[in-house]
Amino acid sequence: MGKLTFSMGGVHPHDSKFARECAIEELPLPPTVYVSMAQHLGAPAKPVVAVGDTVKVGQVIAEPGGFISAFVHSPASGTVKSIAPRKDLAGNPVMHVEIAVEGDEWDPAIDRTKTLVTAIPEDKAVILDRIKAGGVVGLGGATFPTHVKLSPPPGKVAECLIINGTECEPYLTSDYRIMLERPKEIVVGAAIMQKVLGGCPCVIGIEENKPEAIRTMGAAIAELGYPGIEVKVLKKRYPQGGEKQLIDAVMKRQVRSGGLPIDVGAVVQNAGTALAVYEAVQKNKPLITNVLTVTGDHIPGNLQHNYLFRIGAPLSFIMEQAGGIPQTADKLVSGGPMMGKAISNPDATTVKGSSAILYLSEASTRRQATTSCIRCGKCADACPMGLEPFLLYRLYKAADLDALEKQAAQDCIECGCCLYSCPAHIPLLDHIRQAKGQVMGVIRARAAAAKAAAEAAKK
Amino acid sequence: MDKKYIVSPSPHIHANISTTSIMRDVIIALCPAILVSVLAYGWAELLVLAVSVASCVLLEWAVTKWMLKKPSTIGDLSAVVTGLLLAMNLPSAIPLWIVFIGAFVSICVAKLSFGGIGQNVFNPAITGRVFLLVSFPAQMTDWTPTPGFVAIPDAVSGATPLSALKEALKSGSTIPQFMDAHSYDLASFLWDAGASAGELSAGALLLGFIYLLIRRVVKPWIPIAVLGTMALISAIFHGVNPDLYTGVPFNLMTGGAMLGALFMATDYVTSPMSTLGGVIYGIGIGLIAMMIRYFGSYPEGMSFAILLMNCTVPLLNIWFHQKKYGRA
Repeated sequence: MGKLTFSMGGVHPHDSKFARECAIEELPLPPTVYVSMAQHLGAPAKPVVAVGDTVKVGQVIAEPGGFISAFVHSPASGTVKSIAPRKDLAGNPVMHVEIAVEGDEWDPAIDRTKTLVTAIPEDKAVILDRIKAGGVVGLGGATFPTHVKLSPPPGKVAECLIINGTECEPYLTSDYRIMLERPKEIVVGAAIMQKVLGGCPCVIGIEENKPEAIRTMGAAIAELGYPGIEVKVLKKRYPQGGEKQLIDAVMKRQVRSGGLPIDVGAVVQNAGTALAVYEAVQKNKPLITNVLTVTGDHIPGNLQHNYLFRIGAPLSFIMEQAGGIPQTADKLVSGGPMMGKAISNPDATTVKGSSAILYLSEASTRRQATTSCIRCGKCADACPMGLEPFLLYRLYKAADLDALEKQAAQDCIECGCCLYSCPAHIPLLDHIRQAKGQVMGVIRARAAAAKAAAEAAKK
Repeated sequence: MDKKYIVSPSPHIHANISTTSIMRDVIIALCPAILVSVLAYGWAELLVLAVSVASCVLLEWAVTKWMLKKPSTIGDLSAVVTGLLLAMNLPSAIPLWIVFIGAFVSICVAKLSFGGIGQNVFNPAITGRVFLLVSFPAQMTDWTPTPGFVAIPDAVSGATPLSALKEALKSGSTIPQFMDAHSYDLASFLWDAGASAGELSAGALLLGFIYLLIRRVVKPWIPIAVLGTMALISAIFHGVNPDLYTGVPFNLMTGGAMLGALFMATDYVTSPMSTLGGVIYGIGIGLIAMMIRYFGSYPEGMSFAILLMNCTVPLLNIWFHQKKYGRA
């Protein structure tokens, strides 16, 4: 069988999956959890608890603040200490609910047994409701509310559900571990989403560097016998797990600029999301735990872990439990080395989308001095969106917004391939990110103006 | 927290690649051809190479330090590459002071006056070579072989195959007569055809180029376009009149066609960024080179063809772009 991959760009960083053999361990409860109200894409959630309230594990503490938003649940039992802005990992103030942890008392409605529940509810509305009520969001990075993605707009039909098990970012092993340790739950989760989408075929895409995961997932599918689910092997190539790239790889279709995956009949969900869907629908367990990798370069094996953590445990607590920050670490990153965020505030809390804490050494992460562009075109070769980063960089410096839009700066997915591959160490993505923001602003302003004009014409 | 951690935007890792590592790969790729030429032309060739490289590096260092007052860029090894390419375009018997002038034009005129690495419009080594060709025509076309370390079986003396041919055609002989007289065959072109270092061995140049392909330093489209166009044109003309027009192997293996197509036309800075732009650029080079060879007064035309097409690069970069994802 030929291995699938996307059609343009991409890079091949060393996969550095040093923590791949570390089985998932359950992290102890922290003394205090800080639950962010903005841990999903869209409007922040609105707290529905007050200071002094006692909460149980899995109890709703905030409700969606808009259509694209999500419920937030308490990851621990205890007393609400404060509802106030707190710094996130980059140091920006975000509303958090602070809960002093007392015991570990769960909402009795949650099924905490390990029994696999394979009977899927018949009613799609019930399924969607449970996913929404469980506060499930996409765990592949964008944290887009899952129930919204599983409700295609009228006239759009899902032709393929793609479960993203690529984990193409170097270092990360959390998806790999859940595919090894909880394959059946993921398959049931996939079958649930398949049902919601009207029974379209489902492809679980896994990169070739995870043969054990390919085997366990395949075995789980065979054992459970749901129709229309299959594993497809993908080449090891970053950013294979990018939504647009994965659709290109699996379906040989490209989402047009500004469009949504459903326009080409695709719905992409992460393997971790499938597990969260399973837990929300079959076990009534909201998204209050996730698996996170603690790893890095040149760090001893005993400091590397894959943890099942309560979403809201502070990063500093997790690092302490993991054996402390190693001496060799010069940069702390939340997420993968290509798209993760540098941690400037280690006391920040974990959120639904937290996937890793990386300890990177100065040698591996320090940016080199920038030299002149030698027009080698490696950035353009690496861009999975077919953009020309060298050109966007120059246009941004010239503040030419029209040309930036024409050259599709707004299509940038910020994967980092351009900067990664630049021999002159030019900070291409830093500038293109700014350019993208400005162009998006222009596009939005134009759309708003057009809408206003259309309404004025109606009157 | 006592320790200060680095905070910067993603990506947090970088491919182990730099301008220096790319230039080092180019130097490695040139080594087989350099080795062949040193073996064939001995100490004289070695001296030309050494003077050319040393002059290029020294001039770049001196100008950036004292005139431009900027950090030196000699560490990126691009001056070494220019020096090697220039030397490979010169006869081994050339006076060394002329080599220095060539290096001066390459580095100071063609490269640094445009803003240094990445900014030059014209390929520095070719600019230097063409300057020497028009300024010192006698010395630049004196191909008397200097004593080498190994004997070349059928080395041509005094003139390159192309200039010998031009003379022969002028004196009224036909191409088949010329070929018989010089006993050229395909093998002789692959390994030796008495000429400058860069023209001596197409096989050695190809070997180096394959290394660059494997290392993903260059893509093959420009050389394929250049050599393909030259092959097509010479096939047509030779097919129509084999007495007057040389054939495909002769044109591809002589007069710097290989060195030009593989190592000069593929220069990042002076070639188009897009694949389609590169193909058009390559076709242009092949076309102009063949027109000069067949109808011009110079025996060969690679240098002029590349310089002329260098001019079109900014335009080709405006006209042709990569195919973008999800756009028609």
